[in-house]
Amino acid sequence: MDYLDHLEAEAIYILREVAGQFEKPALLFSGGKDSITLVHLAMKAFRPGKFPFPLVHIDTGHNFPETIAFRDQLVKEIGEQLIVGSVQQSIDEGKAVEQKGKNASRNSLQTVTLLETIEKNGFDACIGGARRDEEKARAKERIFSVRDEFGQWDPKRQRPELWSIFNGKIGKGENVRVFPISNWTELDVWNYIKRENIALPSIYFSHHRDVVLRNGQWMASDPALKIDADDVLENKSVRFRTVGDMTCTAAVDSIATELDDIIEEIKASTVSERGARMDDKVSEAAMEDRKKQGYF
Amino acid sequence: MNILKFITAGSVDDGKSTLIGRLLYDTNSILDDQLDAIKKANRKNNDGTVDLAILTDGLKAEREQGITIDIAYKYFQTERRKFIIADAPGHIQYTRNMITGASNSELIIILIDARKGVIEQTKRHSFLAKLLDLKKVLVCVNKMDMVDYEQAVYENIKTDYLALAENLGLKDVDFIPVSALKGDNIVHDSEKMSWYEGNNLLDYLETIEIQGNTKRAWRFPVQWVVRPQTDELHDYRGYAGRVIGEGLSIGEKVVILPSGVQSVVKEIEFAEKSLDQAHDGQSVIIHLSDDVDVSRGDTIVAADRPALAERNFEANICWFDNKPLDLSTVYLLQNHSAVTKIKIVDILFKVDVNTQEKMYDGEIKLNDIGKVSIKAAGEVVFDKQHDNAENSRAIIIDPRTNITVGAIMIDNVA
Repeated sequence: MDYLDHLEAEAIYILREVAGQFEKPALLFSGGKDSITLVHLAMKAFRPGKFPFPLVHIDTGHNFPETIAFRDQLVKEIGEQLIVGSVQQSIDEGKAVEQKGKNASRNSLQTVTLLETIEKNGFDACIGGARRDEEKARAKERIFSVRDEFGQWDPKRQRPELWSIFNGKIGKGENVRVFPISNWTELDVWNYIKRENIALPSIYFSHHRDVVLRNGQWMASDPALKIDADDVLENKSVRFRTVGDMTCTAAVDSIATELDDIIEEIKASTVSERGARMDDKVSEAAMEDRKKQGYF
Repeated sequence: MNILKFITAGSVDDGKSTLIGRLLYDTNSILDDQLDAIKKANRKNNDGTVDLAILTDGLKAEREQGITIDIAYKYFQTERRKFIIADAPGHIQYTRNMITGASNSELIIILIDARKGVIEQTKRHSFLAKLLDLKKVLVCVNKMDMVDYEQAVYENIKTDYLALAENLGLKDVDFIPVSALKGDNIVHDSEKMSWYEGNNLLDYLETIEIQGNTKRAWRFPVQWVVRPQTDELHDYRGYAGRVIGEGLSIGEKVVILPSGVQSVVKEIEFAEKSLDQAHDGQSVIIHLSDDVDVSRGDTIVAADRPALAERNFEANICWFDNKPLDLSTVYLLQNHSAVTKIKIVDILFKVDVNTQEKMYDGEIKLNDIGKVSIKAAGEVVFDKQHDNAENSRAIIIDPRTNITVGAIMIDNVA
């Protein structure tokens, strides 16, 4: 079997296990390429039926407008339900506290809103687009990853996960994060997007944009970044390799306007995808620490 | 291009993480920012080179202690193949983690320290490879640099290992002499071991063909019933699942287990397109000619080569829980999508994983491997391990904690 067919069949199998094992699952949708790929896989898993879960977006309020427009268009086209959890609302209600200073980001605040959205809707499983090649703590995480009542991941108490038999049994209040594309690499995702002709938000492709230099990386110029007189602003030809919140996702220099160009660019790249993520650079265990708190 | 899934077994001392690090490093699979992070962590080998082991130890506790505790999955790709590595700890205390990693691998790399030869750990890992039906064993005799790259050392270890393999019934075994630390025979042929004429490790991994059991019958465990219930698709009823084995085609007579009801495959569908047949590993939807009762947990099988549906059977068992196996507890058995209540009625024996001797102390504890006899509350659909390994496997769940406490491979009807 071709490697993309294998990865696709495995992901579809995992999505159907979620449908079969849980009462109230959800698909966490960020508007990024990985979650868009998940939606495509869910179509293959469940059509002509409806998805047995809604899409859930945790909106930091600092998302790229292109991503939000794409999200709304996609939801309309596929005719599925979208639930939005708002970080702004969590802040307004005093449940989350905005970071201060120049490098303030709402990235870690997402956890608060995510856990709140899970509890409010009674979700027992949340499907996510995380991949093990992204980050070394993710490389250790199970495909069915059990979180306790507080959303916490305990890397020392993971269940053995054998063959393709997934144990989704949980106690009250617990939930499971499920990662159907765990075994895909960044390049696999792009090759699949190309093969399947999957549409993506325009920010993944090269475009001209005002960017501001922060900690050695080019960030999209936006009021969310608290730009002041010291900042160096430039208009550059860039694209986004990974799409998260505007405050934590850096642009990369690029002239790649087609999928083929992007694939070549990634093959030749000497930095990893998450090299453009400020949220991972806080410390060596930044991802592990956030996951322990209940992050995606 | 296809995928090769393999596991590396060994302890830090054998240079397992160094070997993986070397494979990734020499195939340019480690990027600058990842390398920077390693350099920043400032863990060095004795000779001052960067310690590549740190690449695979993803958890804080592992980096602090310098040991691999849990499995990490690593990915790399060459022009010829995509590779998925399950990097598992080798220490006996983490046997369950190794079993977990091995369960999703086709090939195992067993590392032997050239200075030590075949040791207890080698025997344990080889026994587990046999138990879990890994299709291919590759023995890397590592640290050849520490024995002056001497051919005689390698040949002696090879002879010793072949004797062990014969004892265990391991058939497909290959050998490569390497130095993971120096990079000999990993991605580049070793100049120091010109006496070795075989492939280096990467060439070997890129070209090795894994032969599956082609004689097994197809099975289709139903995961989900697709029922749109719309006006246009009012009567649509499709059974979604992933095919095990070859031969599922339109027109095929089938039997649904455990009920025993018969029908015929009317249609096979993938991504809303019709197929004439479905192949091993494909996730599809099938339709049957008759309006029969089929739901999640049922298995559709070829009528002329059905699977077994039994309540009493014997199985090889691996135990993962801190609490020992308890004969009075009602456990849950999950195989594919079916979940059945069971009792383990008898411990037939347990095996000393280091010496492979059978023991009859009536106990199965954490990391133990043995054979048990099981009684289920309903019929469990399976094949014997020898006939169709993929359909002989199940996990055992403790319903009080929901934890996966064991894994079994059914090998006999009791």
